Amino acid sequence: MAKITFQIGGVHPDDSKIARNRAIEVLPLPQTVYVSMAQHLGAPAKPVVAVGDHVKVGTVLAEPGGFISAFVHSPVSGTVKKIEPRKDIAGNNVPHIEIAVEGDEWEEGIDLSDTLVREIPTDRVAVLDKIKACGVVGLGGATFPTHVKLNPAPGSKAECLLLNGAECEPYLTSDFRIMLERSSEIVVGAAIMQMVLGGCPCKICIEENKPEAIKAMSEAVAELGYKDIEVVTLKKKYPQGGEKQLIAAVMKRQVGSGALPISVGAVVQNVATALAVYEAVQKNKPLITNTLTITGDCIPEEKQHNYLFRIGMPLSYIAEQAGGVPENAAKLISGGPMMGKAIANIDAATVKGSSSILYLSEAATKRGEESFCIRCGRCAQACPMGLEPFLLRRLYAAGDLEGLEKNAVQDCIECGCCLYSCPANIPLLDNIRMAKGQVMGVIRARAAAAKVAAEAAKAAESAAK
Amino acid sequence: MTTTLIWTIGILAGLGLLLSVILFFIAKQFKVEEDPRIDEVEKVMPGANCGGCGFAGCRAFADSAVKAPNLDNHYCPVGGDPVMKQVAAILGYEVKAKAPMVAVVRCNGSCANRPRTNIYDGAQTCKIKAALYAGDTACPFGCLGCGDCVAACQFGALSMDPKTGLPVVDEQKCTACGACVKACPKSIIELRNKGPRGMRVFVSCVNKDKGVVARKACSAACIGCGKCAKVCAHEAITVENNLAYIDFNKCKLCRKCVAECPTGAIHDINFPKPLMPKKEENNG
Repeated sequence: MAKITFQIGGVHPDDSKIARNRAIEVLPLPQTVYVSMAQHLGAPAKPVVAVGDHVKVGTVLAEPGGFISAFVHSPVSGTVKKIEPRKDIAGNNVPHIEIAVEGDEWEEGIDLSDTLVREIPTDRVAVLDKIKACGVVGLGGATFPTHVKLNPAPGSKAECLLLNGAECEPYLTSDFRIMLERSSEIVVGAAIMQMVLGGCPCKICIEENKPEAIKAMSEAVAELGYKDIEVVTLKKKYPQGGEKQLIAAVMKRQVGSGALPISVGAVVQNVATALAVYEAVQKNKPLITNTLTITGDCIPEEKQHNYLFRIGMPLSYIAEQAGGVPENAAKLISGGPMMGKAIANIDAATVKGSSSILYLSEAATKRGEESFCIRCGRCAQACPMGLEPFLLRRLYAAGDLEGLEKNAVQDCIECGCCLYSCPANIPLLDNIRMAKGQVMGVIRARAAAAKVAAEAAKAAESAAK
Repeated sequence: MTTTLIWTIGILAGLGLLLSVILFFIAKQFKVEEDPRIDEVEKVMPGANCGGCGFAGCRAFADSAVKAPNLDNHYCPVGGDPVMKQVAAILGYEVKAKAPMVAVVRCNGSCANRPRTNIYDGAQTCKIKAALYAGDTACPFGCLGCGDCVAACQFGALSMDPKTGLPVVDEQKCTACGACVKACPKSIIELRNKGPRGMRVFVSCVNKDKGVVARKACSAACIGCGKCAKVCAHEAITVENNLAYIDFNKCKLCRKCVAECPTGAIHDINFPKPLMPKKEENNG
């Protein structure tokens, strides 16, 4: 099989998938869970329960707060104790619903059996509604509501569904484990999304460092025998799991600046999302569980785990179940070491998109002393979007927003390759992220102004008539 | 040799004369009529071009002030009333006296009061730090300590105190231009009335968390207990979102609230002698 990858930039960090042989374990329930109202991209959800209400597993706790938003369901059964702001992993206040756990009573209609439901429903709208009602969001990192992504705007057609099992971030093994242990379910989930997108071919993309997953998925595909699903082996390179990089690698197409993947006919979904779609559509189970890896270079392999957790369990609870935070850990990260967020508050609750607790030693994470840019160009070589990070940083320091926009700072995917490759330890991404925020603000303001002007012109036109 | 010299001098002198004549006529032909008062106003301005007035610089301020029908929207915080009186005299306008202002840092989360819960080693600017997370203490509202305000101050009025990790305002140098207020991503710095002989009372905290949470994060936090609002006879204090705020226009500097505050979050500065001996650490 020819191995393929994306063409521009990229880096090769050591993959350190230490926890790969640890089977998924189910965590016991804690006494209290804290369900965040902002665990998806877009508007926070609005609570629909009140303090004192009794909820079951799967009861709707909150409804979408806008078009790009998602339902939130109760991960446990018990009583709603409080609805108030609580600190998230960054230490910022976010509204949470606190539930005291009592027993484990599930809502009626949720199929808890292990039998594989292979028949694909044919009613596209009903399936989309179900995905929406079950609060499914993209579990690859961005937590974008799945029902929005699977329903492209009229006029655009999906030509290929890419199932993202690249898991290019070092250390993380949760996607790998579900591809091994739940491969058939993932394939059924992919077939469902294929149907929703109008029967386009589906490619399951896995990096070569996961041969067991490639084998398991290929076997599941062959056994289930759905049309147009195949497994593609990719060369190992970070950030292969980025949407645009995956499209470039598999479809050999480049997504334009500022455009969405659908503009080149691609829809990218994570394998964990496919599993969530399967559970939502075939089993009626809302997105209340996910898989998380406890790993890092500070703990031996036998202390590393892949856990099936209920959303809302505090990180500190999960860490304790795995034997507590190791003393030599200098940095705790939620997500991968390249793009994950540092955990500033270990008491924070897990969210739908939580994928790991990573313990890294000081040697692995301490930033070196910053020195001067010598224009070696390594950052520009490493950037998978073809940007020039050294230039962007200088333009940001000069406050040149126009120059930043011309040099496409808004296309930055914040993968961190520039920072990783810089021999002078210059905080390139930190600066570029700020610049991107400012330029996106300008672009959005301009779009809003254009919209207002267009509406005014329309109103004037209709008034003239 | 001499002829070359004479020729050179002659040509250059002739060229200079010709160009000066051309320039003379061009200057006459294309003369821009400008209100002479703009120059006069600019002359009395401080000339710092700090932008504290909201204009691009002193010249832009002068230009706009001359064209404006009154001086309601024009005030130079650096020059204050003396400069504005001169400007008003030149333009023949009235100007309302404004109390002098000063930048006030509303955070007392020093290293002793607010224990660090994590270590930050990213880019050392408050702006980037604030975009990444809530900060290296349990207080998501307080000072981040990277000194964006110090870098923004053109008058050298701000400095970081290495002991507390907080910025300190030099009242003599502060011109209340507001550059630090704009630079602070946490909106901690506020421009407040300087007060008679510099005496003023303010709540040195912006934490909106519930009392328990705030107190746990910082021993000098406002816990929103409302004792100060109860004791205030002038209705100068409001408590909103678990945070007290003192309206400096209503405050009569009686300092009853200072004595009442259980966490010492209310600061009184520049008073002749401390109300209580233990309140010596009030360095703003």
